[in-house]
This record gives sequence, structure tokens and C-alpha cells, in this order.
Amino acid sequence: MIDTLIDWLFGPFLEFGFMRRALVGCLALSLSAPPVGVFLMLRRMSLMSDAMSHAVLPGAAIGFLVAGLSLPAMTLGGLAAGLAVALLAGAVTRSTLIKEDASLAAFYLISLAAGVVLISLRGSQIDLLHILFGTVLALDDPALLLLGGIATVTLFGLAALYRPLVMECVDPLFLRTVSRAGGPVHYAFLGLVVLNLVGGFQALGTLLAVGLMLLPAITARFWAADLGGMIPVSVVCAMGASVAGLTVSYRADLPTGPAIVLAAGAFYVISLVIGPRGGLIRRFVRARHLEG
Amino acid sequence: MSAPATGAIALHGLTLGYDRHPAVHHLDGTIQPGALLALVGPNGAGKSTLLKGIIGEVPCLDGWIARPDLAGAIAYLPQSAEIDRGFPLRVLDLVAMGLWRHIGPWRRAAPYRDRLTEALAAVGLVGFEDRPIGTLSGGQFQRALFARLIVQDARVILLDEPFTGVDGRTSADLLRLIGAWHGQGRTIVAALHDLAQVRAHFPQTLLLAREPVAWGPTDRVLTPHNLARAQTLSEAWDEDAAICGRAGDGHAPSHAHSHGPAHDHTTHGHAQDHGHRDAP
Repeated sequence: MIDTLIDWLFGPFLEFGFMRRALVGCLALSLSAPPVGVFLMLRRMSLMSDAMSHAVLPGAAIGFLVAGLSLPAMTLGGLAAGLAVALLAGAVTRSTLIKEDASLAAFYLISLAAGVVLISLRGSQIDLLHILFGTVLALDDPALLLLGGIATVTLFGLAALYRPLVMECVDPLFLRTVSRAGGPVHYAFLGLVVLNLVGGFQALGTLLAVGLMLLPAITARFWAADLGGMIPVSVVCAMGASVAGLTVSYRADLPTGPAIVLAAGAFYVISLVIGPRGGLIRRFVRARHLEG
Repeated sequence: MSAPATGAIALHGLTLGYDRHPAVHHLDGTIQPGALLALVGPNGAGKSTLLKGIIGEVPCLDGWIARPDLAGAIAYLPQSAEIDRGFPLRVLDLVAMGLWRHIGPWRRAAPYRDRLTEALAAVGLVGFEDRPIGTLSGGQFQRALFARLIVQDARVILLDEPFTGVDGRTSADLLRLIGAWHGQGRTIVAALHDLAQVRAHFPQTLLLAREPVAWGPTDRVLTPHNLARAQTLSEAWDEDAAICGRAGDGHAPSHAHSHGPAHDHTTHGHAQDHGHRDAP
């Protein structure tokens, strides 16, 4: 019984090289994107990251126009576009009083439309689908190296930025009074966000790039009280979603990227119900209160 | 005006504001080192703006501030509403932020653990170390912020309405702490609303109503006449105010008042020397 379950779960990875590659790529992404997502969520920037992921598209599309479905060109294009948008959005947030959600919404709609049009200039429907929904089953060596590199840079970067980043989230005014690090930290963090969006773009496509970033992060909120708990929980959740999504997509012949994001979504819904920190069950079944 | 003593905060023809509308208008004076100064005035009088101006958070529209720019010389307590209390952070971590001058972004906070514990003990929050900040009451949170101020160990401490929404016992405890800081020779400026509190604990007062109304010993500042004048001044807000003709730097030092309609000339005449200087 257990043997069959294990075989059902892991058989595809033992059998096929492309499944192993997909798994490695997703695990690397699971290591880097969710911690970034945790900070995005706590800074109330969840939707902004989604908008930024769409901004990666026109850059990648220009790369595609120039060099076809080539990884370096599309990555560079995506990085450049993403960074440009992040800097612009960051500058707007920090130097004006304008609410950024409206301008970002307008901005990402334009980016998405422009990206699709750009790709359609030269590519086929298949290319478009690849770019929109990712090619996690066709990750080649450079793509894996890229994902591994992004994970490495992200983890070291977050470790270096951790303390000022937390202060920027909780009490930015205080950070400004003790240090000039606030601005650079904000931009460095946005840089990490863009890096992970480009990584997510490789695996899950532009429409779902934030899937592995935000869903596990939001899920972790139901399980842990502080950052020290939320970050590991989010990573474990993303890894679980990767394995489950890949297996299910293989067994049930479903598109892979959406299957992974759906698996993360399933974890979220389960946590929403049974999570010990503000889950629905806790709301309706009151624990006996303590004496003091 | 002589050069300010070291550690003093000197305000020279200072105008601070938002979108060209002054919130603090032509303020002159010096906060001496070791002063215990209360900032009093109606809502919208520019108390918070002045404090934010001193830490450089609100740009000067005119004039300038000479302040100690030693790293960590000024500690600032914001109004609690400006802090995200939903963030999953422990009380100890909040207080440890005050160590930034010593540990910066990367060094370990563990060697300073005793200092953190002492600070928490001084504000009566022993045993709260591991509580998330979101679970603290308003008064407890204010105590935690005071613990952070203790850890910061700054020469100048600016407090923006530190006792708003805080009960009597907590504010008494915190006032004792402020008294102790004063005894250590620190400079303290606090924006306050409770006049009885100001009269009881603050020797110096600056009464502000966008214009400085009076600045000096508390009992001579908080007179019914001054308070009434502050009320009248602060209510005169003109969306279409003309450009202020009172020159800050380099213009007519003869103090030619050619003001917009917002200004009521009969109310000029500040307790503090209001002479305008030429550019430095």
C-alpha cells in the first residue's frame, strides 16, 4: 500500500529525466521565491508583485523577437524590464503621495497586452502559451543553472538585508532616523523580487510566476507567528506543492505550471480551514481560554 | 544670535510645510542642551511637523535647522499609528531595533541582551519579551517604544504625543522615565495636549499655532491670553494664501510684512526674538 503510494508519487521522477529536471528547477524556486513572498505579503505588496510579474513580459518578448525562444535573451530582456518597472514603481511610492495600486493596475494591463502583441508578431500560438504558462518540463541546463543561481543570490541577499528590511516593514520612519539604509534596502529588495519573478517566469510562465512566491507565503501565515517560523513553513509548503503538482500533472495529464500553482492553492485552502493561527476552525471551535 | 552651544538645536527663521503651505511658520529659537521642552498647541498647530522637521523628515521651505548630526544623537518617538503593529515581530526584537547604532545590519544582538532586559524592566514589561507586538495593548506598546528609546541612548529625545491613548498609571511611569532622562542631562522635546501635565512636569514650553505664539518658562507661556491667541491663529487656514512676503534669507531684513490674507497682523509679536537674519 505504502509502496504503491511512494511509487505513485515518485515514480515519474525515477523514470524520466525531464521530470527530475523539472523537480530540481521547482525546488530551487521553492527555496528562493517564498521567503521573498513572505516579505511582500507583510509589506502589503502582494498585488504589486503580480503587476510586476506582468511587466517582465514585454522585456522577455523583445528578447524573443530578437533571438527566438532563447533563454539568455528572454531572461535579460525580462530582467531589464522588471528592474526598470521596479525602480519606477519604487521611486513613485517613495517620493509621492499617490496611491500606487491604480497606476500599477493600468501599467500591468498595458505591459501584458504589449507583451502578447510583441510575441504574436513573430511567434506561434504555442510560443505564446509557453511564455504565458511556462515550460517547466523543458528546463535545460542553463535554465537550471539560472534558477539555482537565483536561489543562491536570493538567500544570501535576504540574509544580508534581513534586519534593515524588517525595520523598513515595521517602522520605516525609525530606520530613516538611525540610518540611510532604508532607500537602498528597498531597492535591493525590489531587485530580489524581480530576480525571482524572472525565475518564476522560466518555470511557471508570466501569468503564474508569482504563484510559488505568494501562495506558500500566505499559507505560512496560518501556521507560524513570527518570521523565523513563516519563512521555513513557506519553503516547505512550496516544495510540497512542487512535488505534488508535478506528480499530479504527470498522472492526470494536466498542464504542469498550473498544476503546481493549484497544489499550492490547495495547501492554502487547507491551511485557511485548519491553520492554527487564525484558521476558520479556530474561529468556530473556541479553545478553552487560559487563566492569565 | 550667538553660535549655539554644542548639542543645541537652533532653529533659524524655520518654515516647514507641505505643498508650500507652511505648517510651522517663521520659527526662531534655540533648544538648549539638557532642556525639557513641551510643545503645545491646537491640532494642526505644527507640533508633529516641527519634530519631523528636526529629524529631517519634513523639508524646510525656508530657513534652516542647526542640529547635532552625530549618528544616533537624536532619538524620535513617532505617533504609534505610524508603526505597522500587524507585523509578526516579538517585543524583544522591537526593542532591539534601538541597538542599530551598535550592531548595524549584521552584527549579533546577543551580547547586548542585558541592556535589552534592563530597558524592558525599566518600563515594566518583564516577561513580555516573546509576545508578538500585535498582542500588546496601547499602553504596553507605548512602554515597549520607550524601552527602545532607552536602548537607543541618544542625547536628544523627541516624543510625538507620547501619552495619547495611554492610561494614567502608564503615563505616570513614562513621565518618571522622562524625568530620569532629564536628570541625565538629555535634551527632551515632547508634543503634548494635557496642559496640567505640562505645567507639572515640563519647565519650558513652546506654544505653537503654526506661528510661534510664545516660548519660555511654562507658567509664563501657558496664560489664558496666549492660549486664546493660539486658538485663533490655528483656525486661520487659507487654501489660496498668497506667497509669504516675509523674507527668509537674503531678502529685505527690514522685516517688511506684506502678507497674504491669512495673516492677521494684530496677532504678530512673538515672545521669542523674531528678528530675521541675512543668509549665513
